[in-house]
Amino acid sequence: MNRRFLNQWLWAVTASLFMSVSGHAADEAPDALIGRLTRESLDIIQADKALQAGDVSRIIEVVDEKIMPHLNFQRMTASAVGPGWRQATPEQRKRLEAEFKTLLVRTYAGAMSQAKNLSFSVKPLRAAPDDKEVIVRTLIIGRGDPVQLDYRLEKTPGVGAGWKVYNLNVLGVWLVETYRSQFAQEINAKGIDGLIATLTERNKANATANAKSAKG
Amino acid sequence: MESFCNQASGKMTRRLWAGLALFVLMLSGCATGPNANPRDPLEPFNRGMYQFNDAVDRAVVKPVATVYRDVLPSPVRTGVTNFFANLQDVWSFVNNSLQLKGEAAGNSLVRFGVNTVFGLGGVLDIASEMQIERHTEDFGQTLGYWGVGAGPYLVLPLLGPSTVRDTAALPLDVQGNLVSGVNDVPARNSLTVLNLLNQRARLLDASKMLEQVALDSYTFTRDAFLQSRLNAVYDGYPPDDGEPFEPTEENPVEPTFESNGL
Repeated sequence: MNRRFLNQWLWAVTASLFMSVSGHAADEAPDALIGRLTRESLDIIQADKALQAGDVSRIIEVVDEKIMPHLNFQRMTASAVGPGWRQATPEQRKRLEAEFKTLLVRTYAGAMSQAKNLSFSVKPLRAAPDDKEVIVRTLIIGRGDPVQLDYRLEKTPGVGAGWKVYNLNVLGVWLVETYRSQFAQEINAKGIDGLIATLTERNKANATANAKSAKG
Repeated sequence: MESFCNQASGKMTRRLWAGLALFVLMLSGCATGPNANPRDPLEPFNRGMYQFNDAVDRAVVKPVATVYRDVLPSPVRTGVTNFFANLQDVWSFVNNSLQLKGEAAGNSLVRFGVNTVFGLGGVLDIASEMQIERHTEDFGQTLGYWGVGAGPYLVLPLLGPSTVRDTAALPLDVQGNLVSGVNDVPARNSLTVLNLLNQRARLLDASKMLEQVALDSYTFTRDAFLQSRLNAVYDGYPPDDGEPFEPTEENPVEPTFESNGL
């Protein structure tokens, strides 16, 4: 009996080691990649008190290390900025990316405390083997009704895990689409620099608001 | 419209229809802005209503909802949520049936039975623990299922984001809510207020987040709402129109957008 357990355990450890090695060597399937990243993220949050408390610097650390390599964040930003992106200088594009990222990270920092004891399932992939872009659909299960969380991925052969996320959908709402009109409004009124200024201001205001609520 | 009125009898429904007719008259007098979003031709009116709702929310609804949340322990609030969601499952059963979704309709009915009998009248959500999935459907979704487009975005007084289609469906949705079948007026009103208050309390964190994440909370709410309704009508699988705009280094050509002369 004991021996069988030991064997199973050894097999599991070997398998997981092999998977983590091969995961970096070869391209993963997009749904397998999303499943792995979700599991890893939930495990990290579960184990890390600083993350649960919404510690922004720690969250940024983890996001940079774990999440950013699997995102095409430039494409996300470009897509949200829309036609204005073509007129933006490389310097402006860099600023837009940085400020947009800060806005998103700070916002979701507040939701971290609720990310305990969650499980998830990945829905069967509806895609042809040669698709260059796919949608991976997941359900996050906690208390209350399950939360729909979907990802758009693009094929990046040989780069990273072979796929990168360029848009995500929470409860039926795509992130990029939700910002497109707002960004266009700012650009129409005040130009690219106006949008950058608005984003910077908003991030500063959010930082002070969060610092205040952390103290209080 | 006329026949709908007669079928769905009851003073409340007729009064709602009358209100709606008046409302549409008011709307037709509204000017359309020059930079109008095609899905939001009534933006000037909607923005005004949004501001009005927001003012009411800040002055009354949000403070009361905050007290409600702070005073009642979490299990009680969950019980309230479950109770009203259980009543809603009956209306979901009707609408799933109208959409010929047999399994979802069956689940809704079983959920209502299980939760009402074993869950103390719906206060406990036993059905979810038994893994019987909830499929929430309202009449607006049923109209959408049968091909009725959402129509322009519409912000309703006090009720908030909606569309012309969903507003037209609203009288039936109100009628379909079991709470409206309660004959005792004070009891019915108390239940309605409790339901709305509980819903607002559940959104307290989300609305705080909205203030931080949105550059323009009106636009953010509108774009998120319209997407989530479309998603709900298609049960999570809306038609995939791909990404309409992809300006990357490798792909700088973008034929569908006109330069806006910046």
